[in-house]
Amino acid sequence: MAGNGAYGNDPDVHGKFGVFGGRFVPEALIPALDEVAAVYEKAKNDAQFIREFDHLLRTYAGRPTTLTEVPRFAEQAGGARIVLKREDLTHTGAHKINNVLGQALLTKRLGKKRVIAETGAGQHGVATATAAALLGLECVIYMGAVDCERQALNVARMKLLGAEVVPVTNGSQTLKDAINEAFRDWVTNVDTTHYLFGTVAGPHPFPEIVRDFARIIGVEARRQMLELTGRLPDAVCAAVGGGSNAIGVFHAFIGDENVALHGYEAAGHGLDSGEHALTLTAGSVGVLHGSRTYVLQDDEGQTIESHSISAGLDYPGVGPEHAWLKDSGRATYHGVTDDEAMQAFSLLARTEGIIPAIESSHALAGALVLGRELGPEATILVNLSGRGDKDMGTAMKYFNL
Amino acid sequence: MTTLQTVFAKAKADNRAALVGYLPAGFPSKGGDVAAAAALVEAGCDVIEIGLPYSDPLMDGPTIQDAVHRSLLNGTRIADVMRTVEGVAATGAATLVMTYWNPVDRYGAERFARDLANAGGVGTITPDLTPEESEPWRAASAAAGIDTVFLVAPSSTEERIKAVVDCCTGFVYAASLMGVTGARETVNVAAEGLVKRTRAHTDLPVCVGLGVGTGAQAAEVAGYADGVIVGSAFIRRLLDAPDEAAGRESCAALARDMATGVRR
Repeated sequence: MAGNGAYGNDPDVHGKFGVFGGRFVPEALIPALDEVAAVYEKAKNDAQFIREFDHLLRTYAGRPTTLTEVPRFAEQAGGARIVLKREDLTHTGAHKINNVLGQALLTKRLGKKRVIAETGAGQHGVATATAAALLGLECVIYMGAVDCERQALNVARMKLLGAEVVPVTNGSQTLKDAINEAFRDWVTNVDTTHYLFGTVAGPHPFPEIVRDFARIIGVEARRQMLELTGRLPDAVCAAVGGGSNAIGVFHAFIGDENVALHGYEAAGHGLDSGEHALTLTAGSVGVLHGSRTYVLQDDEGQTIESHSISAGLDYPGVGPEHAWLKDSGRATYHGVTDDEAMQAFSLLARTEGIIPAIESSHALAGALVLGRELGPEATILVNLSGRGDKDMGTAMKYFNL
Repeated sequence: MTTLQTVFAKAKADNRAALVGYLPAGFPSKGGDVAAAAALVEAGCDVIEIGLPYSDPLMDGPTIQDAVHRSLLNGTRIADVMRTVEGVAATGAATLVMTYWNPVDRYGAERFARDLANAGGVGTITPDLTPEESEPWRAASAAAGIDTVFLVAPSSTEERIKAVVDCCTGFVYAASLMGVTGARETVNVAAEGLVKRTRAHTDLPVCVGLGVGTGAQAAEVAGYADGVIVGSAFIRRLLDAPDEAAGRESCAALARDMATGVRR
């Protein structure tokens, strides 16, 4: 069963989007997942919860975020009209704040006092530490040791916000290993702890919960595009690692058949180099981190380590709803190399005075190509999922600044 | 071939619990795995679980993670796991494979079940396969004539325990605590209650794993369970030994202690 919507907008009772999703976790975690699902089901239909969440989004996160049209940038896209959804203007500087505020409120409803989270680029960790500080929750963040090094600024921010940051030295020492370690903590401390999952992956109900808290991006953008241009965009572009910002912006447009949805994964050094994070474009169906989805894996199901210049996209799995959108043909996924992303990063900074996150730069690079394909009459909405302050170390190295 | 049924029947007839030892395939080396498992059998293990090394073992603590990582670096593949099973089954112990789901899924459930049965394996333990997702695997296993062991946990509700035991053949794996694999100072008090709750739903043997590391703990668990499962404590000894022979002897000494424990 594909769930209620034509494109699996909602998963079925087992958390399946078509054949994707579900739960592949130790039995010890099932009651906790059931509890989260039940509390969320109640909360999402509770006017008070909705009011609280909305209040935090407006007064704390800085919603609604604005749209910005970028004509000088768009000159490189054959003159197509490019409009950015400015998630970089939220508090903490990325779309991650939407989900963490929702889940932090949920943690309170679960009666738990401690949150744990995994982080790659550090944005989800910073957002979680922020929400935990705001709501008085104890906070532990698992982060790959490699990522701790390349995102030192975000590590410092999390510590300043009162979180404990645990560097993970297993495996590839990146996001996937941080997720494994967070699961191990959760299974040990599940009575007191909520695992504040950071993307639309993982076991049911996380893909649905994270999506629902992130979908405000697309809801706002759809209304704002109608106000700005009088019609819906021809295409919506977003970067895809785990896929939360992309689902967030895509979701409100899924029923709009004339709006093309384009996801951009990290092609790293290129498909042929083997060093990439092209989960949807070059991966195969498997199980990772509790969910059936596309996975970078070898012929025996061992996870292949991913690569991206962006720690936020460096993940060998992807949310199951994206897997479903891909297989159903509703969304199209492409690869953008490190170099292409960095060129778009630099171009947006120089032409529009906006320094984007390297994650978002993948979507920007994709929009440049798409604009040239669609022609000057086209309007393209790009989710600018985060700001680039955290990536300055990488940019300094890359551009020799 | 020794089956789980004959092992547990014999242990019951002897008025003792069965001793189950876990080692990952390819650890401490290719070939060294069979020798280590044979030493455990010689020392009194009735059942051997051979771990299929996986890149993302999210239920395992640092000791097993370390061993599995080394095994993968040694290039262990599923064909090696099957060869290990063949070698261990030849010792006369009932031999299972403990595996996360993705490698089986990728290999093909029917092919995996068939190859395992052909290698002399008697079943699998699948810690991240839930009853809801297990139907194709149970069908493939039944067709190949191998058992399917699933886990119950202290957090499991009565409904969940029933759902899990209904999927089990051979025995039920009761996770003694909320947490990952690894020897601990004490075996969690939740284990005994979990065994009792599980027995209310099944006549299958119930074995306790997670956290058992000494003969005294094995004796304690044997007082209320049908089997005692030990993994990390053996692996720790192999990791700490100066060479494989010394590691095997150290493991055998611990296994003898445990085997005495389950007979107390």
